[in-house]
Amino acid sequence: METLKERLAETETKAAIRISGAEAVIRCLLEEGVDLIYGYPGGAIMPVYDELFKFQDQLHHVLTRHEQGAAHAAQGYARVTGRVGVAMATSGPGATNLVTGIADAQIDSTPLVCITGQVARHLLGTDAFQETDIIGISTPVTKWSYQVTRAADIPKALAKAFYIARSGRPGPVLIDITKNAQFEEFDFSYKKCTGIRSYKPKPVVKPEKVQEAAAVINAAKKPFIVFGQGVILGRAEAELKAFIEKTGIPAASTALGLSALPSDHEFHTGMVGMHGNYAPNLLTNECDVLIALGMRFDDRVTGNLETYARQAKVLHFEIDPAEIDKNVKTDVAVLGDLKETLTQLLPLLEENRHESWHQKFKDMHAIEYDKVIRNDLFPEKEKLTMGEVIRRINTRTNNNAVIVSDVGQHQMIACRYARFNQTKSNVTSGGLGTMGFALPAAIGAKMGAMEREVVAIIGDGGYQMTIQELGTIFQTKVPVKIVVLNNDFLGMVRQWQQLFFDKRYASTELINPDFVTIAKGYHIPAKRVTRREDLDAAIDEMIASEEAYFLEVCVEKEDNVFPMIPTGASVSDCRLE
Amino acid sequence: MNNTYTVSIYSENNIGLLNRISAIFLKRHINIESLTVSESEIENVSRFVIVADMSEDQVRKIAGQLEKQIEVIKAYYHTDEETIYQETALFKIKSSLLFDERQIQNIIKNSNANIVTVAREFFVIEKTGRRHETDALYDELVPFGIMQFVRSGRIAVSKSEMNISALLREFQNA
Repeated sequence: METLKERLAETETKAAIRISGAEAVIRCLLEEGVDLIYGYPGGAIMPVYDELFKFQDQLHHVLTRHEQGAAHAAQGYARVTGRVGVAMATSGPGATNLVTGIADAQIDSTPLVCITGQVARHLLGTDAFQETDIIGISTPVTKWSYQVTRAADIPKALAKAFYIARSGRPGPVLIDITKNAQFEEFDFSYKKCTGIRSYKPKPVVKPEKVQEAAAVINAAKKPFIVFGQGVILGRAEAELKAFIEKTGIPAASTALGLSALPSDHEFHTGMVGMHGNYAPNLLTNECDVLIALGMRFDDRVTGNLETYARQAKVLHFEIDPAEIDKNVKTDVAVLGDLKETLTQLLPLLEENRHESWHQKFKDMHAIEYDKVIRNDLFPEKEKLTMGEVIRRINTRTNNNAVIVSDVGQHQMIACRYARFNQTKSNVTSGGLGTMGFALPAAIGAKMGAMEREVVAIIGDGGYQMTIQELGTIFQTKVPVKIVVLNNDFLGMVRQWQQLFFDKRYASTELINPDFVTIAKGYHIPAKRVTRREDLDAAIDEMIASEEAYFLEVCVEKEDNVFPMIPTGASVSDCRLE
Repeated sequence: MNNTYTVSIYSENNIGLLNRISAIFLKRHINIESLTVSESEIENVSRFVIVADMSEDQVRKIAGQLEKQIEVIKAYYHTDEETIYQETALFKIKSSLLFDERQIQNIIKNSNANIVTVAREFFVIEKTGRRHETDALYDELVPFGIMQFVRSGRIAVSKSEMNISALLREFQNA
């Protein structure tokens, strides 16, 4: 790596070096500090892969088994490292297979650079083999996209791509490179992008808005904080903690924000939203000031907007101006990078404890504990619950694991019960709800945080959407731990069918294969647990394993996730049963 | 309550941006009534003028989403009262009618329309004005037979200032 950097530094001071567009792609990636990418080769990207072969000691390429897997793996990597994830694919189907991951990254603000090959410039628009308009297809789900048809444009396009992906509110960028541009030679030099004249990544913080917010917070009798992934993306975890501890304000998280504050922090009151905790959901409609930090009032968080926090003054701390008043009308909008705004806010805040207000959260938590949590975590019934599996994983990993969850009941159980000591630990598909996310995302997460335990929690439905990535795990020997919570159902859909469609279980029952045998086919140690007395030992064995490990836990088939706010209902109508 | 809004977007002149901008309207199921793109008063800066019916809340959110696009410098929205706007219509009509139907000449004169060209087979009338004016001319000409009719999108300037040059400087210094 250093030798290349040196060589490049040398060449920059001298004259630019003459190389192919394909080699330029690799050198741009190295310039951006990329050492790991995920992808799948094919005709229109072959020149770049040829260069990858030459640079393989400096740029590690992970061959996934499907391009969707590459996109999700890059997402998992980005989510645990805070760096830009990179995925590469060929034109046509290779590119379209990335789209689900790109859409997921867009709605969850994950920095991603996707590089796709494209047919040669003279073939564009001729319906050539594996030609597809990937720029057109991906436009609505990318922060930015650009088609390069000349080698000389590659450095500038990739420099912009990385700058745009990671700055401001992060997001996915797609760069489509025609094959002729990969072959062409040109005089290469690289300059990092530091600004684009039409793009302002961070609004300038207005001190008067911070002061206004501080005055409202200081005067509040029952203030309540809801924080989101913006805290993690803005690296404002310490500022959040200081804010909460100085003011004594109870705080709850969105699903994506969960690990921004340690789960066992005395003022962390849990998760808001459809399957969030009882106290923060109900008390949203009792607080007098609602302080939203780096979150976007998603409909799964707010329920019916007509009845959401109407009694409260709403303060919205946010980097993206388009989020202000999008769903919830704000009284004070504090635009800017959260780390900057909270740093300015902190000295203006008065110390407080809000003890009786906290007591309300505790009282409601006790109700939820009696009605829901105890039965989930310490069940007395014969069949295993998803909750007790998560509880044991918490214990065995000392709350230090990265939990990568898929989408469905197990995801909500994981978000509800997984305990996090560290930030960037809850990797899940939030906004898009992409089944199939977890297995490939866990690969990327583990590669991004090799020192940490990474446990994928997946349902039997979502697992089979990207199950082919077991091949990637086998080939790369990445030691991820995979837990499939198998209820032989598409559980969340089944739950809705039970509650809202008179138990008409249309196409939700799964006749599943032998998952253990499949894992063993990939030479991954595997075990199935069906009885409570075997559970702890199996989880212990999995965590103790130094290589990848697959654990199938057969759980109660028809359990429901509660609390639940039915679609369109108010957060006040949070049901416990 | 819905209203007609003129959305003015200043942007970099970039391939693909039109797609990105129209997708923002599409995603919210808002029908674009008219759209024109041209170079603006600033070099290398394009100006989109988009007309659509929607609520104030919708247009405010759309402007926010538009400004979020990397190559968009600024998006403004105005009601009809806040803009000076015009559109142009062309009518292609059989030349023989110009001589046979005296009334047509009166119509052209009274409507302040211009004859752009006269050929052996047809002549072309151009009318610039508000929608109701081009509509009125259309209604008057229809009985005589119109070979072709086309109307441009709206072009509009705002009564209030849109200081893009200052914004661009601010962006660059940020």
